[in-house]
Amino acid sequence: MTATTATLAAPPGERIGRILEIGAAWLLAFLWILPLLYAVWAAFHPGAYATRFEPLAPLTLENFATAWRQAPFARYFLNTFLLVTSVLVAQFVLCTLAAYAFARFRFVGRDVAFALVLVQLMIMPEVLIVENYRTMSQLGLVDTILGIGLPYMASAFGIFLLRQTFKTVPKELEEAARVEGCSFLQVLLKVYVPLAKPTYLAYGLVSVSHHWNNFLWPLVITNSVETRPLTVGLAIFGAPESGVNWSVISAATLLAVAPLLIAFLLFQRQFVQSFMRAGIK
Amino acid sequence: MPSYRIQVYGWLLLLPAAVLLVAFTHYPTVTTLVQSLFLSGTATRPAEFVGLENYQFMLEDDVFWQAVRNNLWFALGTIPVSIALALLMALWVNRRLPARGLVRMAYFTPTILPMIAVANIWLFFYTPRIGLIDQFLGLFGIPSHNWLGNPETVLACLIVLTIWKEAGFFMIFYLAALQSLPPELEEAGRLEGAGRWYFFRRVTFPLLMPTTLFVAINALINSFKLVDHLFILTKGGPNNASTLLLYYIYEVAFSFFDPNYAATLTVVLLAFLALIAIGQFVLLDKRIHYR
Repeated sequence: MTATTATLAAPPGERIGRILEIGAAWLLAFLWILPLLYAVWAAFHPGAYATRFEPLAPLTLENFATAWRQAPFARYFLNTFLLVTSVLVAQFVLCTLAAYAFARFRFVGRDVAFALVLVQLMIMPEVLIVENYRTMSQLGLVDTILGIGLPYMASAFGIFLLRQTFKTVPKELEEAARVEGCSFLQVLLKVYVPLAKPTYLAYGLVSVSHHWNNFLWPLVITNSVETRPLTVGLAIFGAPESGVNWSVISAATLLAVAPLLIAFLLFQRQFVQSFMRAGIK
Repeated sequence: MPSYRIQVYGWLLLLPAAVLLVAFTHYPTVTTLVQSLFLSGTATRPAEFVGLENYQFMLEDDVFWQAVRNNLWFALGTIPVSIALALLMALWVNRRLPARGLVRMAYFTPTILPMIAVANIWLFFYTPRIGLIDQFLGLFGIPSHNWLGNPETVLACLIVLTIWKEAGFFMIFYLAALQSLPPELEEAGRLEGAGRWYFFRRVTFPLLMPTTLFVAINALINSFKLVDHLFILTKGGPNNASTLLLYYIYEVAFSFFDPNYAATLTVVLLAFLALIAIGQFVLLDKRIHYR
């Protein structure tokens, strides 16, 4: 409200500048959402209208049905779901334990160990696909969902984030719990974990969207329908060799992004705040 | 708790994560170095120690140099523009703006979409004649152009897509930083009669320097590890004009089945990342001055 009055009170030159600025912000927003709008257009119209933009073009769901028939998307969804949840659960458990050790235990070699953990922030599993593939084939985990997730389960980022949070927990709370006879694991579960809920939410959203979208390592390590996540399935489906038309590819693309996109639209504020929280170090 | 128990508990808590981190980060980093000294074995012949021969081969490998060059251009093309746009977006969204929620959502949406999926959509934008870009340019009588098929334009196409994908993500960091700036600053600036541009240049931008640094390092790392779009858009072509280092590593290892040469190339990638890490370490010292 104050903005409008301020704009009205401003001298005309400034007002024009302000209008231009708003226009530019909107134009950029339009450009940024345009690819998604286009995908929606192509997916909901018959193939003939994929490149002709007529406002009265007939709507159809046929493209979605075709995509669903032509590739095992149901299986891909299941695989991605299994991958994302198993990675998330493992990350929560492993990172919580490690972060607790780093935050509250003075053990020999702690600082060196922490520095070694942080190495993973720089050298992500994506970079080591060649050697990790070798390891996975030695472990017999090639083409398994566990094989996709395993390199990501101990996450330096998660450990770092939780350690920061745990360090802010007042020691008195821990001591009080100790006096009441809690073991150190009970202290972790009853004091630290509940107080770190916002961090878990933030890290969880970042992790889920990362692994829902991850491609290179899953491509390398999977070679069957039973293990392929959505991204890899979509890449195979959309390959120019497959000869599938634009509208169907757009429909498949929307199918693959729909769960995450809908979740994002519903919980936009939490998403943005989570990414913010995860980003502030 | 007695001190030896603290020692034991500390290490036990760390153990599960440490095992996985060592197995998939530290161990493969070391074996990458070791494997780069061997020639790939075949079904009948085991891998053979050849010293630095792979490195010599690499230095004479035109595709490797092309990939490094492309990667540097790719980094140079994406980082400054995506940072500038991210800052602009954050400044806009941080002020009062009609439909601010929608605008912020539009900026941020590319971040949560998989690169593979958006590459599918962008492929269509770049298609000659019927693609959206050619249709739009056609309105002004500009002839159609094979954007992805031309070595001159293909890298620029990838850069534009990457800027679009990343700017909204970096905006978040700026937004967080802007919201932590004390509002009195802007009031003081206004009372002093400082223009907006002057205020931004002399106050906001310097205060955002740590964020810019953080974002720049992230963008730099991303330019070395983000290759998903190549699989859909160009496969490194035409004639390797758009290949990037990590994509080339993938090709060598999993299409040409030469894991040891791929390890040699990975060493170069690791060296780049180590350089970034050292650079970050040095710059972080300066960052403290702003705190």
